[in-house]
Amino acid sequence: MTRLVRRQGWVAGLLVLFVVLLVITRLIQPGYGSGDFGSLVRAVLPYAFAVAAQTIVVIAGGIDLSVGAMMALTSVTAASMMDGASEEYALFVVPFVLAMGLVLGAVNGMLIVVTRVPDIVVTLATLFVLQGAALLVLGAPGGAVAEWLRATIIGTVPIPGLPGISAWIPKALVLLVVCLCIIWIPLKRSKLGLSIYAIGSSELAAFRSGVPVARTKIIAYALSGLFGAMGGLALTMSTGIGAPIPGPYLLASVAAVVLGGVALGGGKGGLLGPIVAVFVLRLVRTDLTLLAIDPNVTAIIEGAIMVAVVMFGAFITMRGRQ
Amino acid sequence: MTTNPLLDATGVVKTYGAVVALRNASLSVLPGEVHALMGANGAGKSTLVKILTGAIRADAGHILIRGEARDVRSPADARRAGLLPVYQEPSLIPDLDVASNLRLTGTPVEPFRAWVRELGIPDLDIRDIARDIPLAVLRVLDLARALAVEPDVLLLDEMTAALPANLAEKVLEVVRRQGDSGRSVIFISHRFVEISALCDRATVLRDGETVGVVDIEPGVEERIVEMMLGARIEKTRVTSRQASQAASPGDSRPRLGVANLRVGTKLNDVSFDLANGEVAGVVALEGQGQDELFAALAGSIRPSGGTIEVDGQPVRFAHPADAIRAGIAYVPGDRTEALTMQRSVRENIALPFSAALRNWGPINMRQEGSRVVSAIERLQIDTRAQREVQRLSGGNQQKVTIARWIAAEAQTVLCFDPTRGIDVGTKQEIYKLLRELADQGKSVLFYTSELEEVQRVCDRVIVIFGGRVVDVFPVELADEPALMRAAYGLPRGAKEDVGILADIHSSPVAKP
Repeated sequence: MTRLVRRQGWVAGLLVLFVVLLVITRLIQPGYGSGDFGSLVRAVLPYAFAVAAQTIVVIAGGIDLSVGAMMALTSVTAASMMDGASEEYALFVVPFVLAMGLVLGAVNGMLIVVTRVPDIVVTLATLFVLQGAALLVLGAPGGAVAEWLRATIIGTVPIPGLPGISAWIPKALVLLVVCLCIIWIPLKRSKLGLSIYAIGSSELAAFRSGVPVARTKIIAYALSGLFGAMGGLALTMSTGIGAPIPGPYLLASVAAVVLGGVALGGGKGGLLGPIVAVFVLRLVRTDLTLLAIDPNVTAIIEGAIMVAVVMFGAFITMRGRQ
Repeated sequence: MTTNPLLDATGVVKTYGAVVALRNASLSVLPGEVHALMGANGAGKSTLVKILTGAIRADAGHILIRGEARDVRSPADARRAGLLPVYQEPSLIPDLDVASNLRLTGTPVEPFRAWVRELGIPDLDIRDIARDIPLAVLRVLDLARALAVEPDVLLLDEMTAALPANLAEKVLEVVRRQGDSGRSVIFISHRFVEISALCDRATVLRDGETVGVVDIEPGVEERIVEMMLGARIEKTRVTSRQASQAASPGDSRPRLGVANLRVGTKLNDVSFDLANGEVAGVVALEGQGQDELFAALAGSIRPSGGTIEVDGQPVRFAHPADAIRAGIAYVPGDRTEALTMQRSVRENIALPFSAALRNWGPINMRQEGSRVVSAIERLQIDTRAQREVQRLSGGNQQKVTIARWIAAEAQTVLCFDPTRGIDVGTKQEIYKLLRELADQGKSVLFYTSELEEVQRVCDRVIVIFGGRVVDVFPVELADEPALMRAAYGLPRGAKEDVGILADIHSSPVAKP
């Protein structure tokens, strides 16, 4: 029991925090209902994929600064390919864009492994390259998206006989959970997943345990690229167009990773924590907007909350050690 | 013997740039034997181990496993070839639990549990995170993990070093039985007691070369020491000095008094005094607690027991700044630990006194300048490249680390292998400098891994083995063979017939 609390306590705490925030939201805005929750999830969707992309690399002991640019490039690629094309063509576009993310991520990983240039430098360079590429594909926001793709994140999942509950299950949430689970659960249970944790925890010990360090690192970055492409697609799906200039996804992803209990040094944490954390961060923003607080002050408060929560976490950990 | 060797490495060469780590090493291990690999510090043991286990690649040489040439490119390859190492540092992934660590290496759980129990740890919970497990237990788990896959050749690097006696005893017992069941063990140890109790043969390395393979029999340890020293044992003691009449008779109070000092599991019980005007040498094999001793005296780690007195006053250092304030300066062997490499010589020398916590306000540049210049002149530091310390030669860098403490007027200097990797000329200057410091009434504690330095510099030698002071030599007796024997924990003046082999039955570690 104590073991479970110790391992999952952080995530549980974040979930409690999220519920408390939902209650606060209801208090501020008594009309806050399932529809608003649905739009919250739709707003979170691209962020959540960015966070997933960052999480997997950070667990492997690295960092990926190109997350936002990757989303921008995949988003504009998808939007410009689908512009004026048939609905069925999107069936080809989606796997194409996902594969593109996977390959570009793998290139990131290979550059880091082969050149031995620090990951922060390599991915910073990739950030510029991908950003430039995105602007080449689409100079200004534009393009289009297949209607059926848009429909996959709008509305709720109907559960027969339980309209009350089903109103609180937006399709976007289901899509997010399915996409993350399809990759994360098999990964977590495989030796590859263990290897990713291993190289993040101690590269030397992993090498000595027979883990193929270079290959594992490349795969981690490739999966990060895949999640980034999902984020790009989600962005296009929710806005209906492709935007070559990415939003604040990079910094948001690092913030959620930290808040989600993943050690920036690597080797520790999971995917659930950062995902819940990104919901918390977005909901805080919603609440502050509802309270009509100056957006600049909002940013200050968000930063303060992050520092406070992480310090609190460190404090709890130290208390637990004694 | 007619059996073919299980592992046969010949002519192994490895160079790092201009440095030759292995010149011509060979190692041949028969099935069912426990084979000791011995050599003084820097003889190339760890390089050979890394090559055999695929951590690094040899430049030349043949490695045959069961008579077949195998190209071991990675630890994973070595595992597949049936060669499993247990390194000195634990290799469990710190953030994973034990069960996940087993899964990662494909180790079967039940045999692992059985070995863990066998090795004297009855209550292991394999869901524990490796980071939360004590070091000694981790090492045993490493061994159990290796044993569980039943390797043909098990390679143990200083396996018993960090273990308490009861665990060490179990480990030795298990290793011996490993040999009986037809598997081989390569056993690296500095402890003759263990080697004589456990091993069948020993391969001795010196300066990257295999200089002999001997059967372990009573009296062999003298031969092994001779082999490890090579020609050096014959060298006459031309450089021998008389101990200086250091401390003036009236001043009997030691500058530094260390009593029963303990640090973690590495340093167990060390007591000695350091007088004013004395250079005391510290001699120890690698990892016998000397690092911890110096770190504790320099205030960078806190001792877990014992007392340190400075000029008769008990002190407790919470921070290196406390030690510096007490006049104790630390010169580490690794110069990058001490210097700010991108900054100038002047700033590096001035750092300790200009950055002293109590001096707020602007630095008095004129005063700083004159102190720095006098220190540079005294040490004859080549200042042509003085704007960045990293552009100086290693010897000049080391002089800068010493110069700063002369400029800061430290009363006591702790030198940890200060001549490592620097040229002969600069070495001589550093010896001279240390003597000069002593002549001015300052005291120096000098750890060195090069035994011949001892008689050039020291007044007295403290030998540490297994975290304890095992002997204190006056300099006249401290020739290399004597120091080497003492460093290996052999009693002074031991003859062949009263050697360590003769009394293994009374030794607690060697008991079967």
